[in-house]
Amino acid sequence: MRRLMRRLLPYPMMTATLLGVWLLLNESVAPGTIILGGVLSVATAATLCVLDLPGGRFRRPQAALSLLGVVLVDILRSNWAVAKIILRPGGGGRVSGFLRIPLDLRAPYGLATLACIVTATPGTVWVAYDRRRNTILLHILDLVDEQEWIDTIKGRYETRLMELFE
Amino acid sequence: MNNHLADLPAWAAIPAALLLLAGAVLTLIGTVGLLRFGSFYQRVHAPTLGSTLGIGCILLASMLVFSVLESRAILHEVLITALMVVTTPITLMLLARAALYRDRSEGSDEVPPPPSGQDARASGTPQSQSGPDGGQAV
Repeated sequence: MRRLMRRLLPYPMMTATLLGVWLLLNESVAPGTIILGGVLSVATAATLCVLDLPGGRFRRPQAALSLLGVVLVDILRSNWAVAKIILRPGGGGRVSGFLRIPLDLRAPYGLATLACIVTATPGTVWVAYDRRRNTILLHILDLVDEQEWIDTIKGRYETRLMELFE
Repeated sequence: MNNHLADLPAWAAIPAALLLLAGAVLTLIGTVGLLRFGSFYQRVHAPTLGSTLGIGCILLASMLVFSVLESRAILHEVLITALMVVTTPITLMLLARAALYRDRSEGSDEVPPPPSGQDARASGTPQSQSGPDGGQAV
Protein backbone atom coordinates (compact mmCIF):
# COMPACT_ATOMS: atom_id res chain seq x y z
CA MET A 1 0.00 0.00 0.00
CA ARG A 2 2.77 2.41 0.91
CA ARG A 3 4.69 1.54 -2.23
CA LEU A 4 1.59 2.13 -4.29
CA MET A 5 1.13 5.51 -2.60
CA ARG A 6 4.72 6.40 -3.30
CA ARG A 7 4.35 5.52 -6.96
CA LEU A 8 1.11 7.42 -7.31
CA LEU A 9 2.28 10.42 -5.27
CA PRO A 10 6.03 10.82 -5.68
CA TYR A 11 5.88 14.49 -4.65
CA PRO A 12 2.94 14.91 -2.27
CA MET A 13 3.75 18.57 -1.48
CA MET A 14 4.03 19.45 -5.16
CA THR A 15 0.75 17.67 -5.90
CA ALA A 16 -1.02 19.55 -3.09
CA THR A 17 0.42 22.87 -4.28
CA LEU A 18 -0.66 22.25 -7.88
CA LEU A 19 -4.16 21.34 -6.70
CA GLY A 20 -4.25 24.52 -4.62
CA VAL A 21 -3.20 26.60 -7.63
CA TRP A 22 -5.87 24.95 -9.77
CA LEU A 23 -8.60 25.65 -7.20
CA LEU A 24 -7.42 29.27 -6.86
CA LEU A 25 -7.42 29.79 -10.61
CA ASN A 26 -10.93 28.36 -10.92
CA GLU A 27 -12.12 30.08 -7.74
CA SER A 28 -14.23 27.09 -6.93
CA VAL A 29 -14.24 24.10 -4.61
CA ALA A 30 -16.98 22.24 -6.50
CA PRO A 31 -16.46 18.44 -6.61
CA GLY A 32 -15.89 18.52 -10.37
CA THR A 33 -13.13 21.11 -10.07
CA ILE A 34 -11.46 19.15 -7.28
CA ILE A 35 -11.59 15.88 -9.25
CA LEU A 36 -10.23 17.41 -12.46
CA GLY A 37 -7.59 19.37 -10.52
CA GLY A 38 -6.64 16.25 -8.58
CA VAL A 39 -6.16 14.18 -11.73
CA LEU A 40 -4.17 16.96 -13.39
CA SER A 41 -1.90 17.57 -10.41
CA VAL A 42 -1.22 13.86 -9.82
CA ALA A 43 -0.35 13.47 -13.52
CA THR A 44 1.84 16.61 -13.53
CA ALA A 45 3.70 15.53 -10.40
CA ALA A 46 4.26 12.10 -11.98
CA THR A 47 5.93 13.68 -15.02
CA LEU A 48 8.34 15.45 -12.63
CA CYS A 49 9.91 12.03 -11.93
CA VAL A 50 11.46 12.25 -15.39
CA LEU A 51 13.27 15.43 -14.38
CA ASP A 52 14.93 13.65 -11.46
CA LEU A 53 14.52 16.50 -8.99
CA PRO A 54 16.84 16.64 -5.99
CA GLY A 55 15.27 15.28 -2.85
CA GLY A 56 14.49 17.55 0.02
CA ARG A 57 12.50 17.87 3.15
CA PHE A 58 10.41 20.56 4.61
CA ARG A 59 9.65 20.79 8.29
CA ARG A 60 8.08 23.13 10.77
CA PRO A 61 5.53 25.20 8.83
CA GLN A 62 5.31 27.51 11.86
CA ALA A 63 8.96 28.48 11.45
CA ALA A 64 8.16 29.19 7.78
CA LEU A 65 5.51 31.68 8.89
CA SER A 66 7.96 33.48 11.14
CA LEU A 67 10.48 33.57 8.27
CA LEU A 68 7.76 35.03 6.04
CA GLY A 69 7.13 37.74 8.62
CA VAL A 70 10.84 38.58 8.86
CA VAL A 71 11.11 38.75 5.06
CA LEU A 72 8.03 40.98 4.70
CA VAL A 73 9.45 43.44 7.24
CA ASP A 74 12.80 43.39 5.41
CA ILE A 75 11.09 44.01 2.05
CA LEU A 76 9.41 47.11 3.48
CA ARG A 77 12.63 48.37 5.05
CA SER A 78 14.84 47.75 2.02
CA ASN A 79 12.31 49.33 -0.36
CA TRP A 80 12.45 52.43 1.81
CA ALA A 81 16.26 52.34 1.95
CA VAL A 82 16.70 51.93 -1.82
CA ALA A 83 14.09 54.62 -2.56
CA LYS A 84 16.05 57.03 -0.34
CA ILE A 85 19.30 56.19 -2.15
CA ILE A 86 17.68 56.79 -5.55
CA LEU A 87 16.14 60.11 -4.53
CA ARG A 88 19.23 61.42 -2.73
CA PRO A 89 20.40 64.51 -4.61
CA GLY A 90 23.75 64.25 -6.32
CA GLY A 91 23.92 60.51 -5.97
CA GLY A 92 27.53 60.60 -4.77
CA GLY A 93 29.06 58.91 -1.77
CA ARG A 94 27.33 55.62 -2.36
CA VAL A 95 29.46 52.52 -2.10
CA SER A 96 28.13 49.47 -3.88
CA GLY A 97 29.97 46.31 -4.61
CA PHE A 98 30.22 42.56 -4.61
CA LEU A 99 30.22 40.51 -1.45
CA ARG A 100 31.07 36.83 -1.14
CA ILE A 101 29.35 35.07 1.72
CA PRO A 102 30.25 31.58 2.92
CA LEU A 103 27.17 29.50 3.63
CA ASP A 104 26.46 26.52 5.84
CA LEU A 105 23.15 25.83 4.14
CA ARG A 106 23.40 23.17 1.44
CA ALA A 107 19.83 21.94 0.92
CA PRO A 108 18.89 22.80 -2.69
CA TYR A 109 15.40 24.04 -1.86
CA GLY A 110 16.79 26.10 1.00
CA LEU A 111 19.24 27.75 -1.41
CA ALA A 112 16.44 28.37 -3.90
CA THR A 113 14.37 30.01 -1.17
CA LEU A 114 17.34 32.12 -0.14
CA ALA A 115 17.69 33.25 -3.76
CA CYS A 116 14.03 34.31 -3.76
CA ILE A 117 14.49 36.21 -0.49
CA VAL A 118 17.66 37.97 -1.65
CA THR A 119 15.97 38.98 -4.90
CA ALA A 120 12.74 40.05 -3.20
CA THR A 121 14.59 42.52 -0.97
CA PRO A 122 15.73 45.48 -3.09
CA GLY A 123 19.37 46.41 -2.68
CA THR A 124 20.68 42.86 -2.91
CA VAL A 125 21.07 40.77 -6.04
CA TRP A 126 22.16 37.15 -6.09
CA VAL A 127 24.87 36.88 -8.73
CA ALA A 128 26.36 33.40 -8.45
CA TYR A 129 26.60 30.32 -6.30
CA ASP A 130 29.78 28.31 -5.98
CA ARG A 131 28.79 24.76 -5.19
CA ARG A 132 32.28 23.54 -4.43
CA ARG A 133 32.98 26.08 -1.71
CA ASN A 134 29.36 26.70 -0.84
CA THR A 135 29.63 30.45 -1.14
CA ILE A 136 27.29 32.93 -2.74
CA LEU A 137 28.28 36.07 -4.57
CA LEU A 138 25.91 38.98 -4.02
CA HIS A 139 25.91 42.48 -5.40
CA ILE A 140 24.88 44.99 -2.78
CA LEU A 141 23.79 48.51 -3.58
CA ASP A 142 24.65 50.06 -0.23
CA LEU A 143 27.76 48.21 0.87
CA VAL A 144 28.90 50.34 3.80
CA ASP A 145 29.37 47.64 6.39
CA GLU A 146 30.19 44.21 4.91
CA GLN A 147 29.89 42.42 8.24
CA GLU A 148 26.39 43.77 8.78
CA TRP A 149 25.23 42.26 5.48
CA ILE A 150 26.88 38.93 6.25
CA ASP A 151 25.14 38.91 9.64
CA THR A 152 21.81 39.74 8.00
CA ILE A 153 22.01 36.95 5.43
CA LYS A 154 23.39 34.35 7.81
CA GLY A 155 21.59 35.34 11.00
CA ARG A 156 18.18 36.38 9.76
CA TYR A 157 17.70 34.01 6.84
CA GLU A 158 20.19 31.17 6.76
CA THR A 159 19.64 29.83 10.29
CA ARG A 160 15.88 29.83 9.78
CA LEU A 161 16.20 28.17 6.35
CA MET A 162 18.42 25.47 7.85
CA GLU A 163 15.76 24.78 10.46
CA LEU A 164 13.21 24.41 7.68
CA PHE A 165 15.07 22.43 5.05
CA GLU A 166 17.87 20.49 6.77
CA MET B 1 -22.30 45.34 -15.68
CA ASN B 2 -23.55 45.58 -12.14
CA ASN B 3 -20.14 45.64 -10.45
CA HIS B 4 -19.24 49.13 -11.54
CA LEU B 5 -16.52 51.01 -9.70
CA ALA B 6 -19.05 53.67 -8.64
CA ASP B 7 -20.60 51.05 -6.35
CA LEU B 8 -17.39 50.87 -4.36
CA PRO B 9 -17.93 52.27 -0.85
CA ALA B 10 -15.60 55.00 0.34
CA TRP B 11 -14.08 52.90 3.13
CA ALA B 12 -12.70 50.57 0.46
CA ALA B 13 -12.08 53.13 -2.28
CA ILE B 14 -9.78 55.34 -0.19
CA PRO B 15 -7.32 52.64 0.97
CA ALA B 16 -7.39 51.10 -2.52
CA ALA B 17 -6.55 54.45 -4.09
CA LEU B 18 -3.74 55.04 -1.59
CA LEU B 19 -2.32 51.57 -2.23
CA LEU B 20 -2.46 52.10 -6.01
CA LEU B 21 -0.76 55.46 -5.64
CA ALA B 22 1.95 54.03 -3.37
CA GLY B 23 2.59 51.19 -5.81
CA ALA B 24 2.77 53.56 -8.75
CA VAL B 25 5.12 55.96 -6.92
CA LEU B 26 7.45 53.12 -5.91
CA THR B 27 7.57 51.83 -9.48
CA LEU B 28 8.29 55.34 -10.72
CA ILE B 29 11.13 55.76 -8.19
CA GLY B 30 12.55 52.45 -9.37
CA THR B 31 12.45 53.67 -12.95
CA VAL B 32 14.15 56.93 -11.97
CA GLY B 33 16.86 54.83 -10.31
CA LEU B 34 17.32 52.88 -13.53
CA LEU B 35 18.10 56.19 -15.24
CA ARG B 36 20.26 57.69 -12.49
CA PHE B 37 22.51 54.79 -11.51
CA GLY B 38 25.81 54.42 -13.29
CA SER B 39 26.76 50.78 -13.68
CA PHE B 40 24.84 47.72 -14.78
CA TYR B 41 25.04 46.10 -11.36
CA GLN B 42 23.60 49.18 -9.65
CA ARG B 43 20.89 49.55 -12.26
CA VAL B 44 19.69 46.02 -11.72
CA HIS B 45 18.66 46.99 -8.16
CA ALA B 46 16.39 49.88 -9.05
CA PRO B 47 13.47 48.17 -10.83
CA THR B 48 13.15 45.67 -7.97
CA LEU B 49 11.25 48.40 -6.13
CA GLY B 50 8.47 47.98 -8.65
CA SER B 51 8.66 44.20 -8.69
CA THR B 52 8.44 43.84 -4.89
CA LEU B 53 6.58 46.40 -2.82
CA GLY B 54 5.28 48.28 -5.86
CA ILE B 55 3.46 45.31 -7.32
CA GLY B 56 2.56 44.21 -3.78
CA CYS B 57 0.63 47.44 -3.16
CA ILE B 58 -1.11 47.25 -6.53
CA LEU B 59 -2.13 43.62 -5.98
CA LEU B 60 -3.43 44.44 -2.47
CA ALA B 61 -5.52 47.25 -3.97
CA SER B 62 -6.82 44.85 -6.61
CA MET B 63 -7.75 42.24 -3.99
CA LEU B 64 -9.52 44.86 -1.90
CA VAL B 65 -11.51 46.36 -4.78
CA PHE B 66 -12.70 43.12 -6.33
CA SER B 67 -13.35 41.40 -3.00
CA VAL B 68 -15.64 44.27 -1.97
CA LEU B 69 -17.34 44.56 -5.37
CA GLU B 70 -18.09 40.85 -5.65
CA SER B 71 -18.70 40.38 -1.89
CA ARG B 72 -16.33 37.40 -1.67
CA ALA B 73 -12.62 36.92 -1.21
CA ILE B 74 -10.72 37.25 -4.50
CA LEU B 75 -7.39 35.51 -4.14
CA HIS B 76 -6.00 35.38 -7.68
CA GLU B 77 -3.51 38.04 -6.68
CA VAL B 78 -1.89 35.71 -4.14
CA LEU B 79 -1.03 33.46 -7.07
CA ILE B 80 0.44 36.37 -9.05
CA THR B 81 2.57 37.31 -6.04
CA ALA B 82 3.83 33.76 -5.58
CA LEU B 83 4.69 33.38 -9.27
CA MET B 84 6.46 36.76 -9.30
CA VAL B 85 8.55 35.84 -6.26
CA VAL B 86 9.53 32.49 -7.76
CA THR B 87 10.34 33.67 -11.29
CA THR B 88 12.06 37.05 -10.77
CA PRO B 89 15.29 35.53 -9.36
CA ILE B 90 15.72 33.45 -12.52
CA THR B 91 15.73 36.48 -14.82
CA LEU B 92 17.84 38.57 -12.47
CA MET B 93 20.44 35.83 -12.04
CA LEU B 94 20.57 35.25 -15.77
CA LEU B 95 21.20 38.96 -16.41
CA ALA B 96 23.72 39.36 -13.58
CA ARG B 97 25.68 36.26 -14.53
CA ALA B 98 25.76 37.26 -18.19
CA ALA B 99 27.12 40.69 -17.21
CA LEU B 100 29.65 39.10 -14.87
CA TYR B 101 30.80 36.70 -17.57
CA ARG B 102 31.19 39.56 -20.03
CA ASP B 103 33.10 41.73 -17.57
CA ARG B 104 35.41 38.90 -16.53
CA SER B 105 36.24 37.97 -20.08
CA GLU B 106 36.98 41.63 -20.78
CA GLY B 107 39.32 41.62 -17.77
CA SER B 108 37.44 44.32 -15.86
CA ASP B 109 38.81 45.26 -12.43
CA GLU B 110 35.41 46.04 -11.01
CA VAL B 111 34.18 42.48 -10.78
CA PRO B 112 35.59 39.81 -8.45
CA PRO B 113 37.65 37.04 -10.07
CA PRO B 114 36.29 33.50 -10.25
CA PRO B 115 36.67 31.92 -6.81
CA SER B 116 38.21 28.66 -7.95
CA GLY B 117 40.84 29.34 -10.56
CA GLN B 118 43.97 27.27 -10.03
CA ASP B 119 43.16 25.05 -7.09
CA ALA B 120 40.05 23.67 -8.80
CA ARG B 121 42.27 22.36 -11.54
CA ALA B 122 44.85 21.18 -9.05
CA SER B 123 42.33 19.08 -7.16
CA GLY B 124 41.41 17.37 -10.41
CA THR B 125 37.74 18.29 -10.37
CA PRO B 126 36.16 17.97 -13.80
CA GLN B 127 35.67 21.44 -15.27
CA SER B 128 33.31 20.48 -18.04
CA GLN B 129 30.12 21.24 -16.16
CA SER B 130 31.31 24.36 -14.39
CA GLY B 131 30.00 27.74 -15.36
CA PRO B 132 32.12 30.88 -15.47
CA ASP B 133 31.96 31.06 -11.68
CA GLY B 134 33.07 27.48 -11.19
CA GLY B 135 29.66 26.45 -9.96
CA GLN B 136 26.12 26.22 -11.03
CA ALA B 137 23.38 28.64 -10.22
CA VAL B 138 20.57 27.35 -8.10
